Amino acid sequence: MVNIPMSSVSVASRDLAVKRFAARDAVFRLLTRSAAYLVLTLLGGFLVTLVVGSWLALSTFGVSFFTSQSWNPNPDILKFGALAPIYGTLVTSAIAMVLAVPVGLGIAIFLTELCPLRLRRSIGTAIELLAGVPSIIYGMWGLFVLAPVLQNLENSYLVPAVAEIPVLSTIFAGPSYGQGVLTAGIILAIMVLPFIAAVSRDVFETVPPVLKEAAFGLGATTREVVRKVVLPYSRVGVIGGAMLALGRALGETMAVTFVIGNDPKVRASLLAPGTTISSSIANEFAEAKDAMHSSALVALGLILFVITLIVLAAARLMLLRMSKRSGV
Amino acid sequence: MYKQAARLVRAAAVLATICAMPSFSQAADITGAGATFPFPIYAKWAEAYKAQTGIGLNYQSIGSGGGIKQITARTVAFGASDVPLTAKELADGGNLIQWPMVMGGIVPVVNLDGIKPNELTLDSDTLAKIFLGEVKTWDAAELKKLNPNAKLPSTPILVVHRADGSGTTFNFTNYLSKVSADWKSKVGSSTSVEWPTGLGAKGNEGVANNVAQTKGAIGYVETAYAKQNKLTTMKMINKDGKAVEANGQTVQAAAANADWAKADGFYLIITDQPGASAWPISASTFILMPKEVKDATAAGEALKFFAWAYKDGDKAAEELDYVPMPANVKELVMKSWAQIKGPDGKPLNAM
Repeated sequence: MVNIPMSSVSVASRDLAVKRFAARDAVFRLLTRSAAYLVLTLLGGFLVTLVVGSWLALSTFGVSFFTSQSWNPNPDILKFGALAPIYGTLVTSAIAMVLAVPVGLGIAIFLTELCPLRLRRSIGTAIELLAGVPSIIYGMWGLFVLAPVLQNLENSYLVPAVAEIPVLSTIFAGPSYGQGVLTAGIILAIMVLPFIAAVSRDVFETVPPVLKEAAFGLGATTREVVRKVVLPYSRVGVIGGAMLALGRALGETMAVTFVIGNDPKVRASLLAPGTTISSSIANEFAEAKDAMHSSALVALGLILFVITLIVLAAARLMLLRMSKRSGV
Repeated sequence: MYKQAARLVRAAAVLATICAMPSFSQAADITGAGATFPFPIYAKWAEAYKAQTGIGLNYQSIGSGGGIKQITARTVAFGASDVPLTAKELADGGNLIQWPMVMGGIVPVVNLDGIKPNELTLDSDTLAKIFLGEVKTWDAAELKKLNPNAKLPSTPILVVHRADGSGTTFNFTNYLSKVSADWKSKVGSSTSVEWPTGLGAKGNEGVANNVAQTKGAIGYVETAYAKQNKLTTMKMINKDGKAVEANGQTVQAAAANADWAKADGFYLIITDQPGASAWPISASTFILMPKEVKDATAAGEALKFFAWAYKDGDKAAEELDYVPMPANVKELVMKSWAQIKGPDGKPLNAM
């Protein structure tokens, strides 16, 4: 050993060094712990602020805040009900998921199972770029390009086509403004599509090739391999991606504000203008002079907060039950 | 997730830089916030003023309600509102003073193929019915009767209104409440109301854009926005039963009867005024400042700018179809500025 002659000197210094390491570790632990606690404090802080801020509105209107769709900031009236924004938020997000999940899964399956290698990279990059486009650009595109096209299509074809069919004629009742719940849902679908596609692709790639090869060996078709091997193996990740997308859809503000029509009413027709929680807040907060109006908007924020928590909790619960059932 | 987080951090950094920059480069700028209605003329004045004096104006057109909020919080040197404040509201805002800066018209605009500007005429009752959702198609009997020679399509009327609180909405609904009992009882008059029909857009800009985007739409905007966006304006039948176009002369005619000297705290609304050539939906836009200012330099610079605008800004205003205040009103206003005092208690009069 080379350092034997130095050992008498180094015992003291090693002690010192160990102490120093211990001290550094303690500081490190403290720093990381306070970072973790900071998150909890922030979350708690948000909740407290939202509850305190919304108290005036919630205590004044009580249950009717959730059941009434009268949203009247006129200072002589000041009556607020959150039904229309809640309805708009849920319906636009639902439309987005219905449209985006199948397409996103399709993209991911094609990319991982069927696509030639060269094309795979370019499509993959395109999806990542799409995910990076700021929401305001989707909003502008939605307003200037998509809305006029949709208005024309809906008024000329969709509305007359379903006019005689009982339920559809209500859901797609005209006239179409080009802007409305359906347009917002479509924009949201386009926005969350890359999330679903990218996450699903990544989890599909984690499926062990040996499983797929075994299935192919048994004579399974590509469709059967995807349905019986790939999807069951990766469903946790896929649902995770979808929930991430749903979270984004629920809270998306700018793009939706551009195309939803901003009218706080619950209407049966998906072509009619509506509003969402986040776009109501964005539109009205700067202008809310009355304490009651501000408070009603904060209460909307609280509701969105709770809806998001419920979605996340439901996702967790679903995943938990699924993994228990399959014993993974 | 990480990528997203990194992007957020980067975006925040860029935003912080952008926010920080003006405070270095434009330390001497006058800050103001409020109504979108006068924004085009304030922007034009600011440009000319900067060329002359080197002092710029940083005006955020966030809406009248926002302007009142900002000046109450004292984050800007002046607030701007299309809604005059009552004496009580002025006191609630922390002892404010208000004065009218310029007048303008609010005009219904449409998007209909083959219809030229001012080809269609509306009366007050039909306008109210359209915005109540009672007149639903462009070839309704009411519209045909008013416009027997126009080729009106059978398509539905798509109403575009403001989604945010707005002085333009205040004056528009104030007019509708004066002329339609139905409107008054069902909707009323305010900076933001519960609209019976239609879609909402943010700001005069938003309404102008949406009308330009949507076939069959009708909206209401300040005349300057109609002009800049080349929208199809409509004529209105005024209180005297005459069909008039919205322009500088007709707004001036509406303002002719206004008696500012008798209006306490310059509280005056000029919709639905009598006069054969008076534009019925005329409005004045107001400046709000505190009577006791903390930053005497900033407030002094703001007053200098307003004095300059009163003196040299009339031509620019007329070019955009705004109507300058009459000379006697300007005098009254400039006298009222003696109430604005610095921290030392001395008037800031900048003349």
